[in-house]
Amino acid sequence: MVFKDAALTPEEMPKTTPVPEPHGRMPTGVSWEPLEAGSADPFGPRRMHVERHLVDDEGLQTDPLAEDLMVINIGPSHPAMHGTFRLKCWLDGETIVKAIPEIGYLHRCFEKMSELHPWQEVFPYTDRLNYMSPFLNNVGYAMAVEKLLGIEVPRRAQRIRVILGELSRVMDHFVCVGTNLVDLGALTNFWYLFRGREEIYSLLEHVSGARMMVAYGRIGGLMRDVHAGFEDEVRALLKSLPRYIDDVDKLITNNRIFIDRARGVHPISAADAIDWGWTGPCLRAAGVPYDVRKAHPYYEYDQFDWQIPIGTAGDVYDRYLVRMEEMRQSLSIVEQAIGDLPDGPVNVDDWTISPPPKDQVYNTIEGMVAHFKLTFEGVQVPAGEVYSYTEGGNGELGFYLVSEGGGHPYRIHCRAPCFAIYQNIGPSLEGCMLSDIVAIVGSLNVIAGELDR
Amino acid sequence: MDWTGVGISLLKAFLVFFGVVNTVPVLVWAERRGSAFIQHRLGPNRVNIGGFTLLGLVQPLADVVKFVWKEDYVPAHANRAFYVLAPVLLLVPAAMTFAVIPFADDIVVAGRQITMQVADLNIGILYVFALASLSVYGIVLAGWASNNKYSLLGGIRSSAQMISYELALGLSVVGILMIYGSVQLDDIVHGQGEHLFGFLPKWGVVTQPLAFILFLAAVFAESNRLPFDLPEAENELVVGYHTEYSAMKFAIFFMAEYMAMVTGAMLIVTLFFGGWQIPWVESAELQAAVGAIPAALLQLGSFSAKLLFFLWLFIWVRWTLPRFRYDQLMRLGWKMILPLALANVFVTGLVLYFT
Repeated sequence: MVFKDAALTPEEMPKTTPVPEPHGRMPTGVSWEPLEAGSADPFGPRRMHVERHLVDDEGLQTDPLAEDLMVINIGPSHPAMHGTFRLKCWLDGETIVKAIPEIGYLHRCFEKMSELHPWQEVFPYTDRLNYMSPFLNNVGYAMAVEKLLGIEVPRRAQRIRVILGELSRVMDHFVCVGTNLVDLGALTNFWYLFRGREEIYSLLEHVSGARMMVAYGRIGGLMRDVHAGFEDEVRALLKSLPRYIDDVDKLITNNRIFIDRARGVHPISAADAIDWGWTGPCLRAAGVPYDVRKAHPYYEYDQFDWQIPIGTAGDVYDRYLVRMEEMRQSLSIVEQAIGDLPDGPVNVDDWTISPPPKDQVYNTIEGMVAHFKLTFEGVQVPAGEVYSYTEGGNGELGFYLVSEGGGHPYRIHCRAPCFAIYQNIGPSLEGCMLSDIVAIVGSLNVIAGELDR
Repeated sequence: MDWTGVGISLLKAFLVFFGVVNTVPVLVWAERRGSAFIQHRLGPNRVNIGGFTLLGLVQPLADVVKFVWKEDYVPAHANRAFYVLAPVLLLVPAAMTFAVIPFADDIVVAGRQITMQVADLNIGILYVFALASLSVYGIVLAGWASNNKYSLLGGIRSSAQMISYELALGLSVVGILMIYGSVQLDDIVHGQGEHLFGFLPKWGVVTQPLAFILFLAAVFAESNRLPFDLPEAENELVVGYHTEYSAMKFAIFFMAEYMAMVTGAMLIVTLFFGGWQIPWVESAELQAAVGAIPAALLQLGSFSAKLLFFLWLFIWVRWTLPRFRYDQLMRLGWKMILPLALANVFVTGLVLYFT
C-alpha cells in the first residue's frame, strides 16, 4: 500500500520528482512518472539503497530487510524542532540509518543587513541571533566594536552587563533544559523553569522596556542606566530562581526513566568535540573545561569566585547536568556582582560614541550637532579588523568585524556556537532511535535564529 | 419473558454508560486543572455561563461545542472507510468493558435479586481482556488508514506495546485468580471482604503486592499514558496515530483514551483494592443495618472514592514522569514484567499448594 513510499537516494529525492498528489493535481510544468514501471499505485514502491550501511566490509549485504527504509522528515515544522530546521532521516524500523540535516529556513541575512546599517543600529539584529539570551549577543557585539574603537566601558556598565548577561545565560539554560525535558515527555519541568524565565523577563522589561528583544546594549555602554529598584529586583530573583532549579533537580535528575533516556545517548569524546569546533556547555559536558569567561576573562570575570562544571561522557545526561550547575554558578556570579555594583556613568564620556543626554540635545548646539552626526553618520570606527569573542548561551559567540573607517561595518561575521555544534549531527545520529533525535537536538541547544542567522 | 428483568438490565446499562461517558469531561477537567496545580499554573478558569465558571468545569462543555462544530476533515490520501472505522473500533470496546465491573453488592428489592453490575458474565475478567485487546485494532487501523508516516509509526508502536503488555496484564492477574478461585469479578470482590490475621482486609494488594505493581505498570501501558505514551509521543510523532484526525473523530479517540483510563482504574480497584468493599464492614451487616439501597449507595461511594484516587494517580504520574524509549519499553515489558509475573504465578502456586 501507501507506506512503501519510502525512499529515494539523497541525490534523486526532492528536487525534480514531486510526490504526486492523489487527485492528480500536479505542479504545473512538472511531469511525473512512477519510478518503478508497472506500479499502479501512485505511491508505489520506491526503494533506496544506502550502500554504506547495508553492506559490511566484505561487500555482503548485512540486513536483507533494510532496503525497505522509510524516509521521514523531521521538521521544518515539527514539535521537537525548536525553531525551523529539518532533519531528513532514513529509518529502519525506528533506528536511524542515515540522517541529513538541512538548515537555512530561518536565514534572515543578519550579516548582510549589518553592512547596511550604522554600527549602533546592528543591536536589534543581534537580539535575534540567539533569541533565548538576547542580551549576551548585545554584549558580544558591543565588545567587538569597542575593541575596534579601543575604548573601555565604565565599570558600572561592565557590572550591569555581567549581571544581565548571567541572568540571560540562566534564561538560556532554562529554555534549553526545559524544552529538552519536554521532548522527553516531562512537561512539568518546563513550567517550573519557564516561570523563572518569566521573572527574569520582567526584570529585563523594567530595565530595557522589552521582555525578549531587549536591544539594551550600546557601543560604549548601555541604552540607559538601570532603574532605581534594580538591585532589589535582582536580589529577589536570586532568592526565587534557585527554587525552580532545585525543583527540577529533585524531580528529574535521579529519575530512572530520564537517566535511561539520556545516559550514553549521543556521547562525544573531548577530542572529537574540539575537532568539530564545539564550545559551551556541550563541550564542557565532554570534559573540556573551556569557558571564555575563564580562559580569556573579560569584565572582571576572573575576580568572581566561580567554577566551570564539566562532564565526563559528553552525552545528553552530562549536558543536562552541566547546564544545571552552570545556572547555579551564574547566579553566584550575579550575587557577587550585585554586591559590588559601583556608582557612576554607564556610557563612555564621548559624544562621538555615546549620544549626549537629552537635555543637551534639546538645549545646546553642541549636543544637538553631536546627536545629529551620530544618528546620521553613525559611530565612526577606525579602519581595521577585529575578532572578539564572549561566552554566549551555548558556546563561544564571536564577532569578526572589518571596518574601512566610517559609520558602517564593511563586513560582519558572527561565529555562532550552535553552527559548529550542529555540524556533525547527521553522521552522529546514525544508529540512534527516532526518540533519541528529540533528546539529542534538544540537548545541543541549537537555536535556529543563530544557526541560520 | 421477564420484562422487569430486562427493564432493570437496560436501566443499569444506561446508567453505567451514562456515568462513564460523563466521567470523561470531568476527567479532562481534572487533568487540566490537576496538571495546572502540579505545574504552578491556574488552568482553564475563564469559560463561564452567566458568570459561573464552576472552577473551570464549563470548559469541557466549550470543548465539546468546539469539537462538534469543527470541520470534519478527511485527508484526501487517507483510506476513507478504514479512516472512519478506526475511532469506532476504538470507542466501542472501551465503552463495553464496564459491563462486568461490580459497583456494589447484590441487593434484594421486592423479592428480586439485583446484581450491581450490567452483566454478571461467568467469564468475568477474560471478557475485559478480550475487549481490551480489541482496542489495538482501532489504533493500528487509524495509523494505517491515515496514510501518514507519523501516524503509521504511532500505530506500529502501539500495536507492539499493547500486545507486549497485554501478556503482562493477563499474567499478573493470574495470581489473583488463583487466590480468590474465580474469574468472575463479583466473586473476587466478595473474596476480598474477608480478613487476614483478623484485622487486615484480604485485598488483592495485600495478598499479591508484586502482582499489583506489575498490573499497575501494565495498565498504564495499556491506556497509552505517560510514561508509556509512545504511540502518541507528541514531541516525536506529532501526536502519533491520530495526527490526521480532527473534530469529533479526534474527540472519540480522546474519549476512548480516557475511558480506557477509567477501565484501568476500575480494574485496579476491583482486583486489588476490594472493589466496592468498605474495609472492616461486612456487606451483609451493612445491609441489615441501613437497608439494601443505602448500603448499595455506600458501597458505590466506597468504589468511587477508590476509583477517583487511582484516576488522580494516572494524572499525577503523567505530569511527573518522562517517557520511555521504544526499546526500553520492550525491554521492561518482556524482560522484567513478564518474568516477574511468571515468577509470581509460580510462587503463588507453591504457597497455595502448601497451605
